[in-house]
Amino acid sequence: MADEAENTGHGGAEAGLEVAIGTDHGAGDAPGMPQLDFATFDNQVFWLVVTLVAIYLILSKIALPRISAVIAERQGTLTNDLATAEDLKRQAAEAEESYNTALANARAEAQRISQETRDEIQAQLQVEIDKADAEIAAKTAESTARIAEIQEGAVAIAEEVARDVAAEIVQALAPGQDVDADAVAAAVANRVRG
Amino acid sequence: MATESTNTEAKSGAGKFIAFALIGLAVLAFIGALMDDYEGGLSIHPMDQFVVSPLFSDGPVGVFTITNATMWFALAVLAVIVIMVLGTRGRAVIPSRSQSIAELAYGFVRNMVEDVAGKDALPYFPYIFTLFLYILCANFLGLIPGSFTTTSHIAVTAILAAAVFLTVTILGFVKNGAGFLSLFWVASAPLALRPILAVIELISYFVRPVSHSIRLAGNVMAGHAVLKVFAGFAGALGLAGIAPIVGVVAIYGLEVLVSAIQAYVFTILTCVYLKDALHPHH
Repeated sequence: MADEAENTGHGGAEAGLEVAIGTDHGAGDAPGMPQLDFATFDNQVFWLVVTLVAIYLILSKIALPRISAVIAERQGTLTNDLATAEDLKRQAAEAEESYNTALANARAEAQRISQETRDEIQAQLQVEIDKADAEIAAKTAESTARIAEIQEGAVAIAEEVARDVAAEIVQALAPGQDVDADAVAAAVANRVRG
Repeated sequence: MATESTNTEAKSGAGKFIAFALIGLAVLAFIGALMDDYEGGLSIHPMDQFVVSPLFSDGPVGVFTITNATMWFALAVLAVIVIMVLGTRGRAVIPSRSQSIAELAYGFVRNMVEDVAGKDALPYFPYIFTLFLYILCANFLGLIPGSFTTTSHIAVTAILAAAVFLTVTILGFVKNGAGFLSLFWVASAPLALRPILAVIELISYFVRPVSHSIRLAGNVMAGHAVLKVFAGFAGALGLAGIAPIVGVVAIYGLEVLVSAIQAYVFTILTCVYLKDALHPHH
């Protein structure tokens, strides 16, 4: 179907073109190509020149200055924004740095404080220990002295008992004889002290 | 917030609806125009769309006559105003969509001038941008069904190309004096070949405005004529006309591409010629 249509079309086209190119047909005075109708050339040239001058003036007086101004402004805005962004970035970096410094400082401070506290506690502890040691030592010395005293007392009592017993023994062994207390005491003391 | 977004959605929905309605109307108008042409039997007049005729009278076309060409020239100026002036009226640092379009066009052509012709060509940027915007707008306006395409006329493109040619040639001599002639004297070639090359270079230099102008007019004209021929088939074939309609759609897509590309090509060639004028040494 389509082929048939094409064929008829081509056949018809030739006839039609013959009509169009071959004869004048009412609508215009141009035979064949209206492009070669020199009678209209001056008219077209005139209006073309008017058109071009009009477009040139519109562009150079209004459109181009406007567009180039907008583009320059945009470029300026971009540059400014980039500079601002750079500045903000720098500020952010600075803030981070100061934050890090502050953090490090705080850490050092905390460490120092904890160390100080530890040292203080240690010192206090040492003092307490020393005090306790001293107390213990004092108590020990006191106890030793008491023990020595008690020992001394015991020896003295034993000596006294021995002396009495020795005097009684001497009385018993030599009745009626006067007991030399001093000699007995000396002998007992000699024996007891060894 | 929620209400705002629904509002904008509703707005864009309405905008889409209007756009579709406009496209539909345009298609209907296009078909209607075709039906007007349809005089029974097959009669296709692909060149009728290029006829320059007075808008308000039936008399001959004088220099200052308001013609259909005049109207479409004016619409091109209007399009430039809409894109470049109205689009940028917010002057926002963060551009709106319409401002982005204007800035995109500005950056595109400015970079092209700077990359191709060098930094010292930037003073001529407004001139080149004028050419680019005019050709782009005229090409796209010409794609509206039933419109008149000013860039399809040799008279128009020849003036554009001649203006570029004269500007560039005069500029070359003003900037470089007789040194501009070194453009034709290929110093890197063997001495014996240089005169021959000089002749070739000279010829190619003077052919430039011809190719420069005919390339644009030829591309636009050919595309539009082919569209019209296919559309004529569609009108004549009845139901089988669906095949040429598919063809019209495809060629229309191609023409959209051609419109942008030809504006680009014309502009970049202008930059190349300008580069030759500013730096004639090979």
